[in-house]
Amino acid sequence: MRTKILAVLCLASGLWLARNLYVIFLTMGDEAAQGAIYRIIYFHVPSWITCFTAFFVAGVSSVLYLVRKNSRFDTLAVATVEAGVVFTIVGLVTGSIWGRIIWGIWWTWDPRLTWALITCVIYSGYLMLRHAIDDPTARAKNSAVLCIFSFTSVIITYKAIDWWRTQHPGPVLSFRTGGGNIDPAMEHMLFQNLGALLLLCAAIVVVRMRQEDMQREVEALRRYAHAL
Amino acid sequence: MLYFRQVWTVAGKDLRSELRTKESLNAAISFAIVILVLFSFAMDPTADQIREISGGLLWLVFAFAGALILNRSFARELGNDCLDALVSSPLTGSALFLGKALGNFILLTIVELVSLPIFGVLYNIEWARRPRALAAILLLTTWGVTVIGTMFSALTVNLRLRELMLPTLIYPMMIPALMSAMRLTTLLIAGEPIPADDEIWVRLLIGFDIIFTALAVGLVEVVLVG
Repeated sequence: MRTKILAVLCLASGLWLARNLYVIFLTMGDEAAQGAIYRIIYFHVPSWITCFTAFFVAGVSSVLYLVRKNSRFDTLAVATVEAGVVFTIVGLVTGSIWGRIIWGIWWTWDPRLTWALITCVIYSGYLMLRHAIDDPTARAKNSAVLCIFSFTSVIITYKAIDWWRTQHPGPVLSFRTGGGNIDPAMEHMLFQNLGALLLLCAAIVVVRMRQEDMQREVEALRRYAHAL
Repeated sequence: MLYFRQVWTVAGKDLRSELRTKESLNAAISFAIVILVLFSFAMDPTADQIREISGGLLWLVFAFAGALILNRSFARELGNDCLDALVSSPLTGSALFLGKALGNFILLTIVELVSLPIFGVLYNIEWARRPRALAAILLLTTWGVTVIGTMFSALTVNLRLRELMLPTLIYPMMIPALMSAMRLTTLLIAGEPIPADDEIWVRLLIGFDIIFTALAVGLVEVVLVG
């Protein structure tokens, strides 16, 4: 059953992404001020929304693990954090490429960029902590606590453009600005690609959850063999 | 009332134990002085340059030196299974945590109070132009750093790579407090008031202390007991 869900997720996200790439590169025109490079927004913004969603799911799963002590929630947390870190790196790299073309620099210590990098480092620390703990129960418990602490950095990253004067462009999506900052066709395309990336993220999460389940089984068998 | 007595008993035990041996305190103060001296050799800054970067330099020194104290916080209880004894005692997890945090806070404040005059002498800086505001920022940041450090010390106490994992985890987490402190300390050492634009840093610092203290007090029982 899960294999079928995974196949459907992969196929749907792949097809949707292929269709979006066709529309973005072959049918949509250049932006008046930025030219062709503006197209990076269709990957940059959706990547960040995807990683924030993944970290939010990881935070909720961690709370649920601490409340219910069900290892499924720990599995979901680690899978979503790993997928979230991948999309964080995609967001940082696409932003950096855009910055090189528009600002003339790869990186600046602007509050939004700095917090984004800190978020990436903090969640990488979460993954490192998991590798450093052998006992599965202690690993799940300590990682859940760290995951809850880590989510504060996501909130600061999201609000950084409101709290500080930043070089990073302000919000463009209608739900934050009330409309008027982006052409409706562009916004529509942006949400299309967000949907495709969210599906891709869900596919990665399902794959990682399967691997994590197998890992648990192997660890349990090893402990059983030692006990014998 | 009993709760606060428990907190103070744990803090008193840690402080007595540390002040008798002075293991971490001596190491942290020596380390802070070494960084201050090394920085002078490495950069050879002028008085104006040092005034511009004073906040950054001081908080890097305090954060690195503080890690030596924080690393020992729960690790010192591992010998003779003292941590198990503490966890199985009638103390609540949060009282144990707050006691340890209070002990670390006092030790870290001592390191800062020793380092600041040495910084002033070595770099010829009059650092106490706004003493009350500077003291408030120092105490607020030190509490934030201590709460994160103590919580993560509990989180990593049973790890093989404890000495490696603790700094890796605490420094990124401390960045909101450290960034605020660096910015505000630089202004206050230069004798300038905090402008309206920079009040966001004070709010961030206070918010950081409240949120992380609440999270740590709420979650420490899970980390210690399970």
